[in-house]
Amino acid sequence: MAHAATHDHHDGHHGAPSNFFVRWCMSTNHKDIGTLYLVFSLLMFFIGGSFAMVIRAELFKPGMQLVQPYFFNEMTTLHALVMIFGAVMPAFVGLGNWMIPLMIGAPDMALPRMNNLSFWILPFAFALMLSTLFLPGGGPAGGWTMYPPLALQTDSLAYVVFAVHLMGISSIMGAINIIATILNMRAPGMDLLKMPVFVWSWLITAFLLIAVMPVLAGAVTMLLTDKYFGTSFFNAAGGGDPVLYQHIFWFFGHPEVYIMILPAFGLVSEIIPTFARKPIFGYKAMVFAIASIAFLSFIVWAHHMFAVGLPLGAEIFFMYATMLIAVPTGVKVFNWVSTMWGGSMTFETPMLFAIAFVILFTIGGFSGLMLALVPADFQYHDSYFVVAHFHYVLVTGAVFAIIAATYYWLPKWTGHMYSEFWGKVHFWNSVIWVNVLFFPQHFLGLAGMPRRIPDYNVAFANFNMISSIGGFLFGASQLIFLGVVIHCVFFSKKKAADRVWEGAKGLEWTVPSPAPFHTFEVPPVIHDEELAHGHVED
Amino acid sequence: MTSGGIRIKAWAAAVCALFAGAAWANPRPGQLNMTRGVTEWSYRPYLLNNVALGVCVAIGILVFGAMFIAMFRFRKSRGAVAEKWTHNTMLEIVWTTVPVLILIVLAYMATGGLTTFADTTGAQMTVKVTGYQWKWRYDYVDYQGKPVEHVGFMSRLDALSDETRELRSGLDPKAVQENGENTYLLNVDHPLVVPVGVKIRFVITAGDVIHSWWVPQLGWKMDAIPGIVNAAWTNIKEPGVYRGQCAELCGQDHGFMPIVVKAVPKAEFEQWLAAQQKPAAAPAPAAAGSAAAPATAQVPAAPAHQG
Repeated sequence: MAHAATHDHHDGHHGAPSNFFVRWCMSTNHKDIGTLYLVFSLLMFFIGGSFAMVIRAELFKPGMQLVQPYFFNEMTTLHALVMIFGAVMPAFVGLGNWMIPLMIGAPDMALPRMNNLSFWILPFAFALMLSTLFLPGGGPAGGWTMYPPLALQTDSLAYVVFAVHLMGISSIMGAINIIATILNMRAPGMDLLKMPVFVWSWLITAFLLIAVMPVLAGAVTMLLTDKYFGTSFFNAAGGGDPVLYQHIFWFFGHPEVYIMILPAFGLVSEIIPTFARKPIFGYKAMVFAIASIAFLSFIVWAHHMFAVGLPLGAEIFFMYATMLIAVPTGVKVFNWVSTMWGGSMTFETPMLFAIAFVILFTIGGFSGLMLALVPADFQYHDSYFVVAHFHYVLVTGAVFAIIAATYYWLPKWTGHMYSEFWGKVHFWNSVIWVNVLFFPQHFLGLAGMPRRIPDYNVAFANFNMISSIGGFLFGASQLIFLGVVIHCVFFSKKKAADRVWEGAKGLEWTVPSPAPFHTFEVPPVIHDEELAHGHVED
Repeated sequence: MTSGGIRIKAWAAAVCALFAGAAWANPRPGQLNMTRGVTEWSYRPYLLNNVALGVCVAIGILVFGAMFIAMFRFRKSRGAVAEKWTHNTMLEIVWTTVPVLILIVLAYMATGGLTTFADTTGAQMTVKVTGYQWKWRYDYVDYQGKPVEHVGFMSRLDALSDETRELRSGLDPKAVQENGENTYLLNVDHPLVVPVGVKIRFVITAGDVIHSWWVPQLGWKMDAIPGIVNAAWTNIKEPGVYRGQCAELCGQDHGFMPIVVKAVPKAEFEQWLAAQQKPAAAPAPAAAGSAAAPATAQVPAAPAHQG
């Protein structure tokens, strides 16, 4: 039945359209759209990275050498917006697009045309947002959190608000698509509790997206009407409340943080068992931990606001709720370590990045636990300690997992092996310089350096210089990654096997490499022992 | 042997100095840990920080240690054969409950601290702090139960820092010094003068956008929000000059609105306050502020009921 239906609707189902425009702009193919997302994400990663280079260059030594303070603020704001909404989130959507149908034995995403739309909104959203840099008045400079009243002072507010609306629409459509695909298009025998952890993590993440993106849209729309239509949602003089915005924003913002890390948990849970040649430890505990973290993410938002003067009861509640997150997160880390224990490990590039993820993400988790303690947070809050914390969880967390997944599946996507040597060069450079970049920022924060400042006292000079050096070299290291990917896609002669990695399990390895334009037009027959988790008892 | 011993002692002293920080008032090069601060309160975040850090380091050693042992023992190249187990109920119970117990201890410590901080009653002095783009205003509201009239002034970045921080000014930030201490971007024209050994209540608000008043030595920061009056308190034990900065992004000169608190003995403070209250002495600092503070009137007045 499914076979016949596919035949009716796909004219070119035997291969990709030869016309470039038709293939890429009008695509309804989950693999091509996945590729588009990933290429877009890589582009944004370098654009956002170049903003970070400006920041680190200005902070290289005390005194203002390169840019005006206002432009510095534009850089910090756009760096965050581009990296969060342009690099990390689209990368996960791209990986989900490519891999979820392959992992659950579906022929494509459930809603292919909407899939095309949700991608093609993004370039326009970012063109709108980044164009403000070239317009009179400059780009947004009030921080990515856009707190009023400061955000209302920027001339580019309307551009950013509409860009955020577009990104939100794109994310919501992507999330609907993923949920519809996972719930409706699994091959017979692919029970929910046999799905790969990555698919589970995306299912839960998609619900988070649908829940919170409209909240963000509401918050920024109120900013828009406050600025242009005379409302006073956040204007104290008109009876509004600036703190209200922060509550609304972080009700979106904290689940958003987990939107950027839960799929990373899923990716690492695929990669470690493959290279340890041992099934994941505690599959159900892993799924349950992701679900618990997702639930908790809705009741911890005010831990971003411990210094706004919350009532005592609120501070205590949000502190306890935040500390609870350490329990399921700890379970995940312990399970990854237990998966490695007793395995038969090899250390190809994806495994190296996955192990670095576990260690460095855990360091980010530790500082997160410290930040949850309100009295200590009165010191940490809005200092470089926070900057160090969220870069450990986002760069060595989310970004490292994305890079690991790229190396892991690149041979499946392209049919060629990447250069293992250059992959390892990329890994060691990344893992060393990222620590040189972010570890000293803990010290800066503890010593009292506030975040988002373009210049600082001489006492902060030495660690800032170390951090900047690490930043430049970490940035340069990512050019190696670009080189490895380009080489693998266009020049590599080494053919990849269908089952690229010896210990790889799951449906995606049963299709040829490169994965043909259409896969699973006939649902696969599922043998539990071939699945990553199918033979897990209890 | 002896020279080695001395060297070790010197190293130990250096490490202690880096981590303890009691002898230093302000951020210093190479500082690795949070300051212990100079108030009754500030020891709490410091202690909590150290305990939490210790807990994290201990857990980190266990977890990362296990990982590294696994990475060396269970390598395919060493002939390791993968095992099949995927569960261990006992272990899973242990690593779920033990973290909960640790968290309960940390939560207990943190909660005790919080209730202390939330209690702003019994203050003998009130100062109103108002954040503006990009300067602070201090108004002395009452002292020892008596209202203080007409003592209030703007406090902004000192002239030398301000000149030095201009883009490509050609001036060296290292040359911005006061009493042998580098004060680049951490000095103001009019510091907030307060007495030691007195519980001081701060009422904190803002006139334009959100700012945050942070002096690390006092052990807290509190947002200054237009339309809202936040309260916090301190009780400084040692006289000294304590420096901080605005901690909430507030526009282009967010990095250039430092805070300086000058804590002096009670008698000296009372003299200073009396001098400020004399009409002849008052205009100097106050006039500087009044011209540039159009928004003051919009800010709700600080509560006057504090005794």
